[in-house]
Amino acid sequence: MMTMDSLLLFTILLPLLAAVGILVFSRYPNMREGITIVTAIVLLFEVINVYDYFQGGQVPAVGPFQVLPGLEIAFNVEPLGMLFALIASILWIINSIYSIGYMRGNNEPRQTQFYICFAVSIFGVMGIAFSANLFTLFLFYEVLTLATYPLVTHKGNDDAKKGGRLYLLILLGTSMLLLLPAIIWTGFLAGTMDFTAGGILDGKASSGVLLVLMLLFMFGIGKAALMPFHFWLPAAMVAPTPVSALLHAVAVVKAGVFTVVKVIVYVFGIDLLKETGAGDWLLYAAGFTVIAASLVAIRQDNIKKRLAYSTVSQLSYVVLAAAILAPISMIGAAMHIAAHAVSKITLFFAAGSIYTAAHKTEVSQLNGIGWKMPITMAAFAVGALSMIGLPPTAGFLGKWFMLSGAVSTGQWFAVGVIVVSTMLNAGYFLPILYRAFLMKPDVEGDHGEAPLGILIAISATAIGTILLFLFPGVAFDLASKMVGL
Amino acid sequence: MSADASHATAAFSVMEHLPILLVAVPMIGAAVVAMTRNSNLAWFISLVISLAMPILAGLLLHEVYKAGVISYALGGWEPPYGIEYRVDVANAFVLLIVSVMATFALLYAKRVVEEDIADHNRPWFYTMYLLCLCGLLGIAVTGDAFNAFVFLEVSSLSTYAMIAMGRDRRALVAAYQYLVMGTIGATLYVLGVGILFAMTGTLNFADMAERLKDVEETRPVFAALAFITVGLSLKIALFPLHKWLPNAYAYAPSMATVFLASTATKVAIYLLVRFIYSIYAPIVDFGSSSSVSVIVGLSLLAMFTASFVACTQKNVERMLAFSSVAQIGYITLGVSFGSKLGLTGGLVHLLNHAVMKGALFMCTGAIMLRLGSVKLDDMAGIGRKMPITMALFVLAGLSLIGVPGTVGFVSKWYLALASFEAGHGWLAFAIMASSLLAVVYIGRVVEVAYFREPTMKVMMSKEPPVMMLVPMVLLVVACFYFGIDAEYTAETAEKAADVFLTGMGGAAQ
Repeated sequence: MMTMDSLLLFTILLPLLAAVGILVFSRYPNMREGITIVTAIVLLFEVINVYDYFQGGQVPAVGPFQVLPGLEIAFNVEPLGMLFALIASILWIINSIYSIGYMRGNNEPRQTQFYICFAVSIFGVMGIAFSANLFTLFLFYEVLTLATYPLVTHKGNDDAKKGGRLYLLILLGTSMLLLLPAIIWTGFLAGTMDFTAGGILDGKASSGVLLVLMLLFMFGIGKAALMPFHFWLPAAMVAPTPVSALLHAVAVVKAGVFTVVKVIVYVFGIDLLKETGAGDWLLYAAGFTVIAASLVAIRQDNIKKRLAYSTVSQLSYVVLAAAILAPISMIGAAMHIAAHAVSKITLFFAAGSIYTAAHKTEVSQLNGIGWKMPITMAAFAVGALSMIGLPPTAGFLGKWFMLSGAVSTGQWFAVGVIVVSTMLNAGYFLPILYRAFLMKPDVEGDHGEAPLGILIAISATAIGTILLFLFPGVAFDLASKMVGL
Repeated sequence: MSADASHATAAFSVMEHLPILLVAVPMIGAAVVAMTRNSNLAWFISLVISLAMPILAGLLLHEVYKAGVISYALGGWEPPYGIEYRVDVANAFVLLIVSVMATFALLYAKRVVEEDIADHNRPWFYTMYLLCLCGLLGIAVTGDAFNAFVFLEVSSLSTYAMIAMGRDRRALVAAYQYLVMGTIGATLYVLGVGILFAMTGTLNFADMAERLKDVEETRPVFAALAFITVGLSLKIALFPLHKWLPNAYAYAPSMATVFLASTATKVAIYLLVRFIYSIYAPIVDFGSSSSVSVIVGLSLLAMFTASFVACTQKNVERMLAFSSVAQIGYITLGVSFGSKLGLTGGLVHLLNHAVMKGALFMCTGAIMLRLGSVKLDDMAGIGRKMPITMALFVLAGLSLIGVPGTVGFVSKWYLALASFEAGHGWLAFAIMASSLLAVVYIGRVVEVAYFREPTMKVMMSKEPPVMMLVPMVLLVVACFYFGIDAEYTAETAEKAADVFLTGMGGAAQ
């Protein structure tokens, strides 16, 4: 029986071991995919074990391993990270089933490389989720960026090269130019980089410095896609759909907003930000991104691009919720991380399903497709309702808590943003449903539903979107723990 | 029993004579190799000697870790009248870097030397290599300004010869360029030393530091500093005195490039730091001196200009050479802070850069061997035919960029921290911005190597022999190992920084 600490270490390292296994069995596709699936299942099992310990009031921790004096790699379990790890490991299983169907169905090249990079990305996610200090977080943040680059450029054509260039330059650029100096500066001022309840910067810096640090952190976390550093996300859509689904709707972008919330709660501390007002601007930056990205999304005809801009907008919901600085809105932020994850992955699965079965990529080609691909489009509808924030879907919960937080603290700007953007969300999702179910197809196609693997995955996440609404217990519990309620 | 006793005495005397052995062994080795006519034998002798050097340097570092400073009187002539070899953690650290990198270069060398150099010239090449090694180690080990000049010339002359043995006639021009620049540099240096000798009557570093206090406000002393700084800057290839370096690195034989890129400029930096910190620091307040802002300015110019130029290069070896100029900027920037953190950052980057640039040049050397070219356009799709080599290139490139978990990050960390400590937070941003340029120039190679269809020539190339891959892999592993566990490297650099900051006052043993 493993101790809880070694269990945590094993949980983090497991995907990396899987990457090695995938490489070894690269010549036997069935073994290779078997390793991915088995690892994903074992990983979920391990994460749930860690969760059990955590619920039992224990805090598994690994390290610190000293890189140099003052620079340590350390892991521990913290509520938000626990939630992130749970989401990522559950969705990795579903996504792996989907990947195998998709990659084989479309005869994609270089599949070994694909699965290796995918496993390394999950390794990065686990490292981020359980990181106990800023350096460890940054280390795995960069691992995730670099491991996803070969996935974004998987197609290997000119578009992929261009998309990859933008992806790498914006993500590495913001993290190296803004985030890293902010981290070093914070470490220099505070004398520590550990995530600590209540923050580490209180009394360590003037409010001017805090403002600069806040700017550096928030724009430096490029993965949160705060405008104007959001261009990498639409660019990343050149990747195969499973990559867009798990990584660019869940893992990478959630790592971004996760980092944002972590920095606000555990580095600055909610109280310090309230006192100094160093984070007041963030509300407006996030609000602007929410609205602007929705407006852009309406104009996109490409399904994946529209979803990408929708993601940009939804990510800023989380940032907005965190910037409201009320405990209840923090819960909203955490809930929305979970809700958006299951809903957006469903939408991407649907987009991939349409591409695989019907080879269609544009919204304008979807007339009447709902009757040919009923399962896919029903799932799409569930995801879309969740994005708009309607019950009985998970998206409702996050918005509900955010609104409560905004109203209770009298943040009318935030309230306005949420209301307006909800209408905009409806404005770009409902027309798709209208086309799919109520308009006549232009040409009679002879395609049916997508392969079984894809349908299983898509149904699972759609059902998950509804289940999370009905049983939000685990997510709510962890979210409340984070703000100490 | 008597055998035991004599053995003990012998071991004892090896320990006692470590400083001189570091110079004498490669020098004698060079003479032996010069007499061989068999290139395999020449390589083997050089290898044995090269392998001995890190052991000697390691023992020496171990000794000074315990003892502080070791003073060795050459030929029994007591300092300051005789030549003193004076070893502390700072130069023991440099000695270890040079000897280890030299060994890696030689392990890697055999096959590329066979490719680059005609059979009858190979023993000469190894002779030059050993002489150069002797010179570089000599500069680092000596405590005497003129003796340092002699070794500077020994290493320079042998370097010119090595570069001139390059693959085509452009190597001759490159060697000639370097010869002219290097000679000017050495001349300026010896002029500076001459002035100092006239003013203080001594050539011994420690003695000079003491006696300078009597003549501290005089102009010749400052003129000497200027001569020495400019002279050594030429050897360092500090921007804008770097013109000789790109061609020298690009057209020299692959082995010489690997060896020089990871050792030669580093030793020159050491010598300059020795002059500035151990000899001049007590009499010059560098903190308030404008000369520091000049160094900072030049370092920044190097970091940006050279990186930009690297982004435009069509030849990957030239690209890496310009990158070296930029990386030297990091080192001089760290040194210019005058603080422990800054100096530690500069010194640890001395090691880190040696390791990663050595690895990168080994990769390009391997590509040169198989493909016959390191032009970017010729390397289309090489990632598929030489997957290991290119993977190593990318990993070492990540280290050059300075992603966390690599040695490059450790250097950047210290330098950025030193910037904040000095109240110049903007320098931290400049450091990051310049490393972003490394993303661009490494990224260009990645795109060509992986996203383009292989040409016919590339289709026919394959991985280099295992003998070459082994040192490549080891260096890349070191890039990551010392990026995650930097305690030993950083601690040694920190101790070396301490030595420089406390001057030459430490008691010799």
